[in-house]
Parts: sequence; structure tokens; C-alpha cells
Amino acid sequence: MKDLELDSHSPKGSLEDRWTQHKFNSKIVNPANRKKYTVIVVGTGLAGAAAAASLGEMGYNVKTFCFQDSPRRAHSIAAQGGINGAKNYQNDGDSVWRLFYDTLKGGDFRARESNVFRLAELSSNIIDQAVAQGVPFAREYSGYLANRSFGGAQVSRTFYARGQTGQQLLLGAYQAMSKQIAEGSITHHSRCEMQDLIMVKNHAKGIVSRDLITGKLETHMADCVVLCTGGYSNVFYLSTNAKGCNTSAIWRAHKHGALFANPCFTQIHPTCIPQHGALQSKLTLMSESLRNDGRVWAPKRKEDCDKNPEDIAEENRDYFLERMYPAFGNLVPRDIASRAVKLICDEGRGVGHEIEGQKLGVYLDFAQAIKKMGLEAITEKYGNLFEMYQRITAENPYTTPMRIYPAVHYTMGGLWVDYNLMTSIDGLFAGGEANFSDHGANRLGASALMQGLADGYFILPTTVSDYLAQQKPFDSERNFPEAEQALKAAQTRLDLLLNAPDPQKTPDDFHRQLGQILWHACGMAREEKALKVAIVEIQQLREQFWQQVKVTGTDTELNQTLERAGRVADFFELAELMCIDALTREESCGCHAREEHITEDGEAQRHDDDFSYVSAWQYSGNASLPSLHKEELHFEFVRPNTRNYR
Amino acid sequence: MIFTLHIWRQQDSKSDGYFEQHDIDVDLETSFLEMLDALNEQLIVAGKQAIAFDFDCREGICGSCNLVINGAPHGKHRATTTCQQYMRDYADEKELWIEPWRATAFPIIKDLIVDRSAFEKIIQAGGYIEMRTGSAPEANTMPIAKQVADEAFDSATCIGCGACVAVCPNASATLFVAAKVSHLSSLPQGQMDNQRAKKMLIAMEGQGFGSCSNYRECERACPKEISVSNITTMNKALYKSA
Repeated sequence: MKDLELDSHSPKGSLEDRWTQHKFNSKIVNPANRKKYTVIVVGTGLAGAAAAASLGEMGYNVKTFCFQDSPRRAHSIAAQGGINGAKNYQNDGDSVWRLFYDTLKGGDFRARESNVFRLAELSSNIIDQAVAQGVPFAREYSGYLANRSFGGAQVSRTFYARGQTGQQLLLGAYQAMSKQIAEGSITHHSRCEMQDLIMVKNHAKGIVSRDLITGKLETHMADCVVLCTGGYSNVFYLSTNAKGCNTSAIWRAHKHGALFANPCFTQIHPTCIPQHGALQSKLTLMSESLRNDGRVWAPKRKEDCDKNPEDIAEENRDYFLERMYPAFGNLVPRDIASRAVKLICDEGRGVGHEIEGQKLGVYLDFAQAIKKMGLEAITEKYGNLFEMYQRITAENPYTTPMRIYPAVHYTMGGLWVDYNLMTSIDGLFAGGEANFSDHGANRLGASALMQGLADGYFILPTTVSDYLAQQKPFDSERNFPEAEQALKAAQTRLDLLLNAPDPQKTPDDFHRQLGQILWHACGMAREEKALKVAIVEIQQLREQFWQQVKVTGTDTELNQTLERAGRVADFFELAELMCIDALTREESCGCHAREEHITEDGEAQRHDDDFSYVSAWQYSGNASLPSLHKEELHFEFVRPNTRNYR
Repeated sequence: MIFTLHIWRQQDSKSDGYFEQHDIDVDLETSFLEMLDALNEQLIVAGKQAIAFDFDCREGICGSCNLVINGAPHGKHRATTTCQQYMRDYADEKELWIEPWRATAFPIIKDLIVDRSAFEKIIQAGGYIEMRTGSAPEANTMPIAKQVADEAFDSATCIGCGACVAVCPNASATLFVAAKVSHLSSLPQGQMDNQRAKKMLIAMEGQGFGSCSNYRECERACPKEISVSNITTMNKALYKSA
């Protein structure tokens, strides 16, 4: 493979003018010619639905695909807490610059200045857009929009719709997309999964899809391809993601040459409902917004850990986040809160169920908030979250403190993209969680919805147009040998999964084992020796998978076991890359805590001289031997300092 | 605890379906769908085809899961989707009958999976506010009374699961339509389109759903507790536009 020049194509000049100038410099397609261009959008969550709706409105011919039975079910729907917008409605000193700085600092200075500034700049337009679409954000009695605070910020800039902000924003994008489907500018395919990318002379020109009802493989050609297929937290098996979330689309693109950036940057969210048993299929997040009013604590003494929390006297409670981080208290960023919770549980002061001989949980307590603000106010703010907790645990959080423990939640890593959100493959774009672009080594709360929608509504429509304007419409009716080949390759892969030589174990069985290896070696704490062992274990288990995976049924019918096997196969390769990336990054930053690089106070120790770069991995034909390309990060406007939330 | 399950199996939309019996021993803290996962693992290891059922988020918000358990859409626990039912809720019932949604407009695809694309067609007929990307005014230009916003939210909380259709003797989607109409038409931004209710109801009929005859079963089965008062709101909008 040829050497890659990693050029972020970030504009130069003053930060405030970059996006405006870039839009002006972008080429546009004459409205009359737009319908001659076809754009494929895979994944129709926030980023994908927003991009598809906007491109459709502009007049392009858009083809969309999702594996769910409707775009309205994409996992963006589960985002609870909110979306950031630098409106400064609270008059608390917020600004685009402050949101930019908070996001960059929150990500421990491992993101690009240009991209992050653009995100902060667009945040305000997103709120306008959503309100105009009818998203019922929370309002004050004055009738104006309400805000709340989120981790890593000292201003109140988070807009929310009770605990269902993601749902309401996704429905807004879905409805906009539905309108375009009705008008014929979007052709949508539900229950349809991308199997492979079709490359024509080094350009992304189509996809192979599998109809999940009939099993039929099909090729779809286009002028360019946009992947908005979400994150890969499910590589850990247990995560807060929906069961169907997977890495397959971006992984197949990676195998065709799209670089994979910062794969080991995975966010562990501090406030999830602790695991309770071996059969558990997923973990449930409790919104970060709860940390606005809930106080996190653990017993000071180990002997109190089995007591009812109500029976532990105030002086025997350790409100450890408030103790350790007095400036931000319970609202420290997610990576910091997660590590603190782990620390407490590792000391033996955890509460609740024992998993592998350790109590994994701490309390999130609303007793004082209820006393101070009244039951009604707390119910109004968090009612649906409390109900959800009660449904899952059969405990009443109004009277007994919640128990929480960190869980894998979001992946900052993803396909490497330039300022135009184009991957290292010409004509292949990636938006939303599928790309790596804005969150560095740790994402702040309420920033995922913001990024997905900024990419979808505002960035991709501009940059995709610019790309299309530079080429003649593609003759998609022609027969392409490349498409035939990709189709055959997809069929061969399905055959391999269906006909393992010694079928014994289910795809889920392998997936659970893989998740265990990864969680212990590449979860909240990482260390050289453990990572090296994990890499070997993953290789061995992967070998075993292809020998022993048992898939019943056929490929010409609806077959969920086959779908899962295909996704797990990709997770196996990605998992190894995550460990390799974690091993190579010999520093701690954000979510990535290398035990060898932790300060005496237990904080992440960055090594900017050697690691102030984005690691972008190239597939070499062998999953165990990827090659590393570095995109050096240059900070012209902020000075990376030690994150301090104390 | 050991449960006897009678599960609907059907190869595809054209084949006849039947109940298949299985016994399973599970911990009562297991969720309902995790119980089915466990059964499926056993079936696969035994060389049999897994039971197909829809699920995704498993936290009650995506609207994918949709089982009728002992005759009740989403199961016995009120205001709760199938994925958030736990076996502890069924500790006093040893025998469970598990079926798909049943409605002409929701044909069975396989086993417990039905085709709900008819709902998509209804939304496409008018379940949106017309607004071009980038054309929005500053968000606080137009204050909206808190009560109006809160009520719009209550309607907007519909997850499109289809339990209202499954439970309705007429297999009507009126509550689904009404929730969307009330959400959008109660907000000032949504009031430009005064034909929304009409367009969506025509689409509903065209997709083979029945009409509302006030059984009010939908409200009881709705996992998001969407009130039938939404239907009143919709009807008002309908008469105003006539």
C-alpha cells in the first residue's frame, strides 16, 4: 500500500472565520444538476437522518439504509440528558469560545482545534433547527428555553426534553427524512445491512447490502458514500448501546483503506445501573444530568458496605467526588468520575451485587435534593429516569439511593476524517459517532447529539456538495466488475460463517468471551503486560471463532444468528486493533488510563511531546499487523495544560 | 424457576404459524428478553433455528420489541415495554403464551417479528413540520407557554411500537396518529399545516388499519401512557380544518 499523506485540510486563518471561509471556498452543484447525483447514506440515526434529509431537500438523489425496522429506532434515540448549545441564555458567561475550550479540554487536548471550534459554532444553529422542527425542549414558565448543567462545564448550556432528548431530536430528523421519502428524493431501505463497500478505481462508489428479511444480497452504486453507522461500544459485549449497534460498516471500510483513528478511546460512563447477573444482555445508562442534583457516595468503612444505605450515618459516608474535586464536585467529566468510582470499589468500599468476587457499585443519592427542592421538582426533572431505574432494579430511588457503576457507553475513536468529514478513501465520508473527529480522548456530556446533528444538518451537506461539484455524475446503470466481485466476497463470507468446520458455540458465546478479555485489558485501566496477553487471547479466540461458530438456519431467510455472527467477526478484528492502539499510546489521556502513566494523585499523565497526535491505523491485509500514521495536533489558540477539575 | 413457554413460530408471511412448546429454567431477576436469549442459545447449540423476535435498545425507548405475553401486548407490567419486563413479574404464572402483534396492517415476517412499515407511511403523509435545514429563526424568538410545551412533549413521547394497534379490537392506529398530530399541531411551529390530521388519517385507512370506536384499550396498553385525550385534540384539529 502506498504511503498516506495525512492532511486534515483544516483551513488556516482566524478560528472564527474558518468555517465561513471554507463554506465560501466550497464548490456547489447547480440545483438543476443535483438530481443527477446519487448519495448513499448508511445508518439513519441523528447524523445519517439529518444528512439524508438535508441532502434530499437540496435536490440530490439519496439512498438510505438501516438495519432497524425504521430509522426512528436508531440508538441516538436512547440519549437521555441533553444537547449543548452555546446560546448563553443563562447569561452565565457562555460563548462559542467557552464551549470550544471546554470540549477541547474535556477531550484532554487530543482533538483538532478547527473541528471543535466549528462544532461549537454550529451548536446554536442546531437548537434553532430543532425548535423549528417541533422538538419539545423543556421551557421555563416565561416560555423561553430552559437549560441545565452537564459534566466538565461551569455554565448551564444543556438543552433537554426531560430525560428523552435523543428521542425527540431523532424524531425531528426522522420526520424531516420521512418528508423527503414521501417526496421521492430519498429511497429508504429498512432492515437492510451494509456488507461491504464497493471501490471503483480507489473511489468509494457503492455498497453491498443484505436484505435482512429475504437474505438477498444487492449492490447499490452512487457518486459517494456516507457512513453514519454509530459507535462500536458493543465490542465489549456489555455496554449501554442497543444490541444491534456494530462496527461492521466502518470496519469493512477500514479494510478497504479507510484509516481507523484512536480506536482505544472508549468512554466509560460513570452512572450506569450495575450488572446483576451472568445472563445480562446489556447495561443501562442513567443520565449524567442526575449528577446535577444527586450526590455520589460510598461508605467510609468496609464493614458498612452490606448495610442498608439509610442505616449508614452521615459522618460515615464518603462523598468522594465532592471530596476529591471540590471545584466541579459531582459534575466532573465522565472519565474522571468513572476512575474515581473504580478506585473506591477496588478499595473494597463498593456496594450491591458481587461480580467476580467484588461489589461493583456506589450510591447516587437524591435524599438531600428531594428535601431541598421538594418531591415534585425532582419528579418533574427526573421522573422517567427514576421509573426506568425502578423497573430494572425493583428498587425505589425516591426512598433508596440508586446504585451505579461505570459502563462502556460511547466510542470517541472511529474512522479518520479530514475537516470535510471525508475518510482517507476518496468519496467516503463518515459522520456522527462513526468518525473520530471532535471529542479527543473523552467526550463531554450532551456533546454527542450536538456532533451528530452538526455533521448531519450542516457539515456533510456542504462538504458532500463540494465533493460532487468536482466530478461528473457517475453512470450507476453501467455494469461494474468491482460490484460483482464485492457481492461474491460478501457471499463467501456468509458461507464461511454458516459452515464452520467444527460448529459448537453460538456467536453470543464468543462475543461474551471477547468482551471479558477486552473489558479487563482495555477498559478503565490499561497496562502493557495485560494488553499483550489480551492481544494473544483475542487472536486465539478469533481463530477458534472461525472454526467453531455455530449458525443455524440459512442465508436466504431472516436469520438473526447469522447477522450477529457477522458483526462479532468484525468485533474480533477491531478488538485487537484497540489493544494495539492502547499499547502504542504510552501515556494517559482522557479515557485512556495507562497504569504506568498515572500521577501520584491518580490523574491521567499526558506526554504531549511524544503523543500529541491522532493515531490513524491502516489495514495491512493482516489484522495483527496494522501500520500507524500520525496526524500531529497543533494548538495555535489554546495551550494544552493539565486538566484540573479540583 | 421453570417456565413452560408456548411460542408462536412461523417461517414467513406466507406459511401457517403454530405454537411451539419449550421449558426453561431461569433466575427471576432475568429480563423477559434475556430469558428468550437463553432459550435461543440452547436452540442453536441443539442445531435448531433461533426464535426470531425484534429488539434493540433494551431500555424501553426504541420501540422495537413487541411481544404479546399471555394476551397482553408488552406483557403484564403496565407502562412498560417488553424489554423491561422481568421474569419476577411472572413468578406466579408458570405457563406463558408468547405471540406477535396481530393486525392486518402488520403482517408477520417471521416467528414473532411483524412488519410495521405501515407506520412509516402514516408519518410520511404529514407527520412532520415543513422546515428547510438552516432556515430556522433564533430559537427564543417565539416563547411557548411551558404547559403547551409540556403537553406537546407528553404526546411526542410515542415510541411507535404499535401496542395500541395490537390491543385494539379494530386494529386501529388512531392513538398513534393522534399523538403525532397533537404533538405537532399544538406547537405554534406546527400550526401552518392545518391538513395534517386529515392526511395522516387517510394514510392510516389506506394502510389497512381500522377506525376508532372508543374502546380505549390503546391507552391502557401504551407503554408510554399516551392518553386518549390526544384523540380529542386531533379531532378538534380535524373539524377546524374541514
